[in-house]
Amino acid sequence: MKKTFELEDLDCANCAMKMQEAILKIPGVKGCEVSFIKQKMTIEADDDEFDKIVKLAVKAIANVEPDCTVLL
Amino acid sequence: MKYKLTKKQKKMLIRIIIAVALLAVIAAVLHFVELPWWVELILYAIPYVIAGYDVLKTAFINLIHGQVFDEKFLMMVATVGAFGTGEYPEASFVMLFYQVGELFQSIAVGRSRKSIAKLMDIRPDSACVLRGGEEIEVSPDEVEIGETIIVKPGEKIPLDGVIIEGTSTVNQAALTGESAPVDKTYSDNVISGTLNLTGVIKVRATSTFGQSTVSKILELVENASDKKAKVENFITKFARYYTPAVVIAALILGIVPPIFLGIGSWEVWKEWLTRACVFLVVSCPCALVVSVPLSFFGGIGGASKDGILIKGAGYMEVLSKIDTVVFDKTGTLTKGVFEVDDVHPNIVSVAELKDIAACCESFSSHPVAQSIVRAHEGHIDKSLIGDVSEIAGKGVKAVVDGKTYYCGNGQLMEMCGAKWHDCHLTGTIIHVAREDNGVVDYLGHIIINDQIKPDSEAAVKGLKNVGVKKLIMLTGDKHSVAESVANKLGLTGFFAELLPADKVAKVEELLSSEKGRLAFVGDGINDAPVLMRADCGIAMGAMGSDAAIESADVVLMDDKPSKIAGAIRIARKTMKIVWENIIFALGVKAVILILGALGIANMWLAVFGDVGVLIIAILNAMRCMRKING
Repeated sequence: MKKTFELEDLDCANCAMKMQEAILKIPGVKGCEVSFIKQKMTIEADDDEFDKIVKLAVKAIANVEPDCTVLL
Repeated sequence: MKYKLTKKQKKMLIRIIIAVALLAVIAAVLHFVELPWWVELILYAIPYVIAGYDVLKTAFINLIHGQVFDEKFLMMVATVGAFGTGEYPEASFVMLFYQVGELFQSIAVGRSRKSIAKLMDIRPDSACVLRGGEEIEVSPDEVEIGETIIVKPGEKIPLDGVIIEGTSTVNQAALTGESAPVDKTYSDNVISGTLNLTGVIKVRATSTFGQSTVSKILELVENASDKKAKVENFITKFARYYTPAVVIAALILGIVPPIFLGIGSWEVWKEWLTRACVFLVVSCPCALVVSVPLSFFGGIGGASKDGILIKGAGYMEVLSKIDTVVFDKTGTLTKGVFEVDDVHPNIVSVAELKDIAACCESFSSHPVAQSIVRAHEGHIDKSLIGDVSEIAGKGVKAVVDGKTYYCGNGQLMEMCGAKWHDCHLTGTIIHVAREDNGVVDYLGHIIINDQIKPDSEAAVKGLKNVGVKKLIMLTGDKHSVAESVANKLGLTGFFAELLPADKVAKVEELLSSEKGRLAFVGDGINDAPVLMRADCGIAMGAMGSDAAIESADVVLMDDKPSKIAGAIRIARKTMKIVWENIIFALGVKAVILILGALGIANMWLAVFGDVGVLIIAILNAMRCMRKING
């Protein structure tokens, strides 16, 4: 499954890159793009693991930039 | 354009204003009054905390997570370092400017995102569907194929469809960039995302919303930035090494020289620690990381406004380097429709010859025959036409008004024994002969050609102007026809009588013999393999054609080849801006690093190297969106 989420208050491009790298390291993630310009994040992962992975991704984002929130 | 600040931005703005006011007061007071150092420190720390407490908070959190190369953490170290070395005003101002830069970046990016989004604002919000005799307003994706939708003047057409009632003019500018409205009437196709201007029309939907042209285009443009350019990958890699490298350099700079130059002297330590802080302030590669993708996004958005869809930043890069353009002939440079070019009668008048030929060909469905029928202005009295027989590979024989006519190629003329002659013009030649009581008279011939698009000449001229060296045409058509088209347009070369597979081979041959990049331009209908093989496949006339949209790298929404030169210009401008930003940002940072290491650059210059460069790079990147004239 591939799904796109909107991000709020993603304020630095460098952080977006770091978020992407952090999410790609989560086991089970097949693809991820965090776009600073679009203020969107796309995650690709298996269906049965998807919810779990999204939760981990949200945590990873908070680690990089606490202000940034994922609109679920 | 007005831009509304978000809550977070407003809060930041207020904090900055308070901090600026406080700093001004403090600086003014300290100008006149001498205070002990610790009072000064406390005074400067107040605006520092007001402006930057969130930076400090994030820095601490990141430190706990082990992220030492985070820009906020580094900013904290640099400013705390400045306080430590007694540069209180610098510390306060650096934090303040950093925050101003962040706010500006946030606003600038927000604005350019909005305006790019506006460029692409072609998504219809609702559809008025006719169900059980009632007009119901629904979301476009609830409409099913075959349902009737009603589109009023001023509304966007929500789905692709066919007009079943009404007449109107439609503005297709949002998709093609062409602002002249098009007349649409019963049985005409209308495209989703275009604007209905004058009349109420009823449209039978021929696609679902997900499959409609507008959805496909939006998907394409939004995902365009996924295909990264080489420059982008370079920047990503660069950013990964730049920050750690500068931080390590700062550490070395702050520790090693004082050990050798005067380990016991606070003055020496202070001097070198200040230099290390300068390094930390310019350690963020933000200017590059933001401006490069922003430039590409802006360029792609600006091009889409012109009806040019570029499928990714990578293709933008390729487009900018093109020096060979290979065209398919039929449907690309020519209309793909046969039309009568000239009529050369013998014995009879032009009108008579046209009349006879049209009568003979009126039962045929061959495109050449139909062009003759179309060229005949007026009514064809089919009751006069008697026995019509087709002579395979030669033409037709028809009895009209008691006389037998032969209408076809040279072989047919030989067969019926007419005294015919060939024409000096190129194209498909249809000869006509009449047999009356055993006497065969040659009546003349009609020259039929696939017409060159009026726009093709401008296309060739435009491409030559942007410095494309080779313009080559490929066609399956006869050598003589290809030569005449190539000469008329001023192409540099052509290859005729090619089978579809030969076209791929020819393009491969050209690819290996050329140093620059090669673009192939086709209509996407049966040249998908060639489109994919070329460095850059350009498909045109893509309104409503899925095949073209899928197989090409660049899609021209209408069928004007002159847009190609425009696409190359947009690509070159974007690449130029990208490189300007890279060179400018890296150059300034390099200079500041060198001056900083030598002790010439101070904190003020370092802040410019971070925030100033970032702002200038963003402003420069936003130029990519602007439309290129001409």
